[in-house]
Amino acid sequence: MSDRPLILAGLTLFVGLVTTPIWHGALDRKTALTAPPIKLPAQEKQCVAPTSYMRSSHMRLLEDWRNEAVRDGQRQFVAFNGKTYDKNPTRTCVTACHTDRKEFCGRCHDYAGVSDPDCWNCHNDSHQASRSAP
Amino acid sequence: MKALTPLLAVLAIVALAALGGLAHASLVLLAVFVPYSACAVFLIGFCYRVVRWAWAPVPFRIPTTCGQQKSLPWIKPASLDNPSTGWGAFRRMTLEVLLFRSLFRNNRARLHDQRLVLGEDRYLWLGALAFHWSLLVILLRHLRLFLQPVPVFVSLLSRLDGSFQVGTPAVYVSDVVVVGALVYLTARRFRSPQVRYISLPFDYLALFLLLGIVISGLLMRFVFRVDVAAIKQFALGLAVFHPSVPSTLAPIFLIHLLLVSTLAAYFPFSTLMHMGGVFLSPTRNLANNNRSQRHVNPWNHPVKTHSYAEWEHEFRDKLKIAKLPLENEDAGKIAFD
Repeated sequence: MSDRPLILAGLTLFVGLVTTPIWHGALDRKTALTAPPIKLPAQEKQCVAPTSYMRSSHMRLLEDWRNEAVRDGQRQFVAFNGKTYDKNPTRTCVTACHTDRKEFCGRCHDYAGVSDPDCWNCHNDSHQASRSAP
Repeated sequence: MKALTPLLAVLAIVALAALGGLAHASLVLLAVFVPYSACAVFLIGFCYRVVRWAWAPVPFRIPTTCGQQKSLPWIKPASLDNPSTGWGAFRRMTLEVLLFRSLFRNNRARLHDQRLVLGEDRYLWLGALAFHWSLLVILLRHLRLFLQPVPVFVSLLSRLDGSFQVGTPAVYVSDVVVVGALVYLTARRFRSPQVRYISLPFDYLALFLLLGIVISGLLMRFVFRVDVAAIKQFALGLAVFHPSVPSTLAPIFLIHLLLVSTLAAYFPFSTLMHMGGVFLSPTRNLANNNRSQRHVNPWNHPVKTHSYAEWEHEFRDKLKIAKLPLENEDAGKIAFD
């Protein structure tokens, strides 16, 4: 009998916690909810793989490149459209196209809460002016 | 076999989700209408059941205890297993909810040389603990898809959970633990004849749904990878009631979503309500003060009584004439209630 207020308070707390995404989104109207636009390279139109594949699976591609180049010594990547690329992310990806790590990698990784890539534990990105602390 | 129907039901849901993404109309139905309905059923059903329980009368304490009651000062009471105060009951409940203390006392009966032997069986407790805690971690990690910006504690939790970074994407510890625990808990229902006998189709349904959710989630992360940013945009759109369905959603995502929606909608009707019910277990959340305090049933009907003192007063003259002994010679001093 006397426990009813306690039970109802607990239930309210539970409903409040479960509906966090709803009221969080309703209260904070300023933050854009859509995925941020990423800075695309000006001179190059086609990546080493189709955009849809890169969007979902770039981490596997990079890992495959690392394993094949470092362990097997295969340094040539034949793309889906027949072009060949050097399996060297620093030269092929970072220096040529995606020069700004924060503006390219960081945007989606921050948005989707993906852990910071550990590529730069080994690869040098000191050429960047806007270097972010990992 | 009791497990076959729930297995077929889960497989049917998987097939439905895989086919539903082919047409735009059914895609909208699966990706917008079904999740909203499931959330509504979950919230309303959950609240309805807890409120029903809250209005159930609890006229007295049920002293099912596992230790010495508070008694004479020189007898040591078991303040945790048999609490006499509200604070003690709170501590017992905290340990019950966080560490499943009742399950720790689980035991198993076996025939050993034609004798019945009861032994400890801690594996159910361990499996349940591993499953529930990793499920909590997984649910909290999913907040990264529902909140923008991602809260710091969610990022920290993901980082800690994925600290055994094996390849990309990182393998989460909670994922490994939850698969192991679910496989054990399912195998347990098949292995032991006693547990198999008392298992109902609904027990299997909850397990198969959870297994389906976990497996589809893992496949989505490691095998059929999806565009996480697009998924987050879709999830946030659902949360603020401005759903925008992408032209194509990966079938594996729809399977995951429909299985989660099914579990959420099924939740209030099932034994999964132990999530709310554990807080309302009368044998756990009430202090055992039955002897030190008088508990009067609050809706007791006022019973008309006629005490001996009243009877003697009523027949005083006749009792005196018959020379029967009176308990109270001085009738005028009796105080009646």
